Amino acid sequence: MLDLYSPGTSPLHRLSPGPKMLVLMIGATALFLNESLPITVGALCGVLLLYPVAQLTLKQAWQQIRPLLWIFALFFALQWWFSGIALAAYVVLRLAALILLASLVTLTTRSSDMIETMTWALGFLRPLGVNPAKVGLAISLALRFIPVLAQIAQEVREAQKARGLERSVLAVAMPVAIRTIKMADDISDAIESRGYRP
Amino acid sequence: MDTKSIVYIALFAALTAALGLMPPISFAGLALPPITAQSLGVMLAGAVAGPRRGGLALLLFVALVAAGLPLLAGGRGGIGVILGTSGGFILSWPICAAVIGILVAKAPNAGFVPMAVSIALGGLVLMYAVGIPWMAFVGKLGLMKSLTIMVAYIPGDLVKVVLATIVARGLRRAYPNL
Amino acid sequence: MIEITNVSLAYGQRTVLRDISLTLSERRIAIVGANGSGKSSFARLLNGLLLPSEGTVKVDGLDTRSHGKDVRRKVGFVFQNPDNQIVFPVVEEDLAFGMKNLGFTKDTIAAKTTEILTRYDMLDLREHPAHLLSGGQKQLLAISGVLVMDPAYVVLDEPTTLLDLRNKRRITRAIDALDQTVIIASHDLDLLGDYDRVIVFDEGGIVADDVPGKAIPFYVNRMS
Repeated sequence: MLDLYSPGTSPLHRLSPGPKMLVLMIGATALFLNESLPITVGALCGVLLLYPVAQLTLKQAWQQIRPLLWIFALFFALQWWFSGIALAAYVVLRLAALILLASLVTLTTRSSDMIETMTWALGFLRPLGVNPAKVGLAISLALRFIPVLAQIAQEVREAQKARGLERSVLAVAMPVAIRTIKMADDISDAIESRGYRP
Repeated sequence: MDTKSIVYIALFAALTAALGLMPPISFAGLALPPITAQSLGVMLAGAVAGPRRGGLALLLFVALVAAGLPLLAGGRGGIGVILGTSGGFILSWPICAAVIGILVAKAPNAGFVPMAVSIALGGLVLMYAVGIPWMAFVGKLGLMKSLTIMVAYIPGDLVKVVLATIVARGLRRAYPNL
Repeated sequence: MIEITNVSLAYGQRTVLRDISLTLSERRIAIVGANGSGKSSFARLLNGLLLPSEGTVKVDGLDTRSHGKDVRRKVGFVFQNPDNQIVFPVVEEDLAFGMKNLGFTKDTIAAKTTEILTRYDMLDLREHPAHLLSGGQKQLLAISGVLVMDPAYVVLDEPTTLLDLRNKRRITRAIDALDQTVIIASHDLDLLGDYDRVIVFDEGGIVADDVPGKAIPFYVNRMS
């Protein structure tokens, strides 16, 4: 439910998260090191060509860029004004290529697989005192809490609305925070009473 | 690490995500990204949960965003956002929460102003100190110009500092042994 | 059998329970009392979530102070608000949590999950997100998460307080059907008629300890 993943069976979907992340890192570094506008345009087209390969539509590609349109416009205008249109185009297109490349990884990888890979990678930090099992518990708990907190916030907003206080951020934030801490204490008890030993 | 710490880490990560669901405030004719309540989560994590738990809570949050969960305001997420123009701000959150935690822990029962200053140092000054150079780098924009853009955000962030201080002080009164 | 001997409980200056001695051996025991009477704290003493400031709590001879882990295995605990008890985002993951802590095998976990979900008619909700369940289903999941750990006792802290009437009945039926010894802290007096024993708490002490027919009228009288 809570995922940006776009289901599919393409080679990119089947590739495991580790190699995809590695390619992304290399690609992002290359984009930053490259200073030429034609190569940037080429890279952007290359990334866009990968979208159909990954069974994704160009509409989905557009959706990755749309929320950033305003900041792109602002950057473009500033660069154009100060440094000319070539640099303005280069900066904005490079950003677009970067974001589309990263989104390609996000759209073709289940977040659960990504989390599993991250937890696995954390195993290498074991000598530093990192315990992957505890990290796993923290991740599950966080995913469990998000809808609960959203609901608490909703309830408090409704209660304050009845008192005409819904526009007062503090009248909402304070009771939410108090209930959150109370919940933390109860959940700790619940976890321990279900046999968990840290 | 005890069970309670694990729960607090998860809870403040979730709180930061839940704050992203609050309707954002748009301004400047949509020329700039909207102000969101999300950095309030950073400030509260540091000031309430402490440096270790708060810092790890935000590290967990950033990891979940990177893993592709749409936890940032407006339902955004994925590595793309982290590599984008506001990526520096997001990446700075774990450090900011930890620094706020360290500063607040130095005088946990201090008055309103000292706590607000601690929260502002970590949640505003430090956040900008990481976020603005990042923005300048990915946008090839130069520090001063990036700084000018961010001036528009200072009033909103100051409001969040005040809010975080009031809530953190209230919580510390309600739960003296947090 | 749970033996409570000369137990007092204090948080700092505040005394919550004072000098309580009880032997709990009946199959169905209810604890009633006003908010702040100490009944929730008492319930938390029974599985070692809280340790007494003075005195001892022993479950089948095991002291909660020295055998916390074994006691928690024997005494399952159901909280008032299931949202504060469900640990994992998906129904089957949550049920597996306690069993994994006990070291059950994958096959056992799967089999027991199927069994408990079938019992409560929730098998189709196996892969359902926990936050989308109804209030009654959430409480059933919380109870299930405890039952799959095979406890000998189930302690419930106001399990029906947050539910509507229909769900109250559903949960009450589920509790009545349990094979385990049940100790329930509750405000819902009309659900306790068939219990073997009702203990009334007030201001940290026991003011009545009798069959429901006598203890409940006493409590109602005292509160009015």
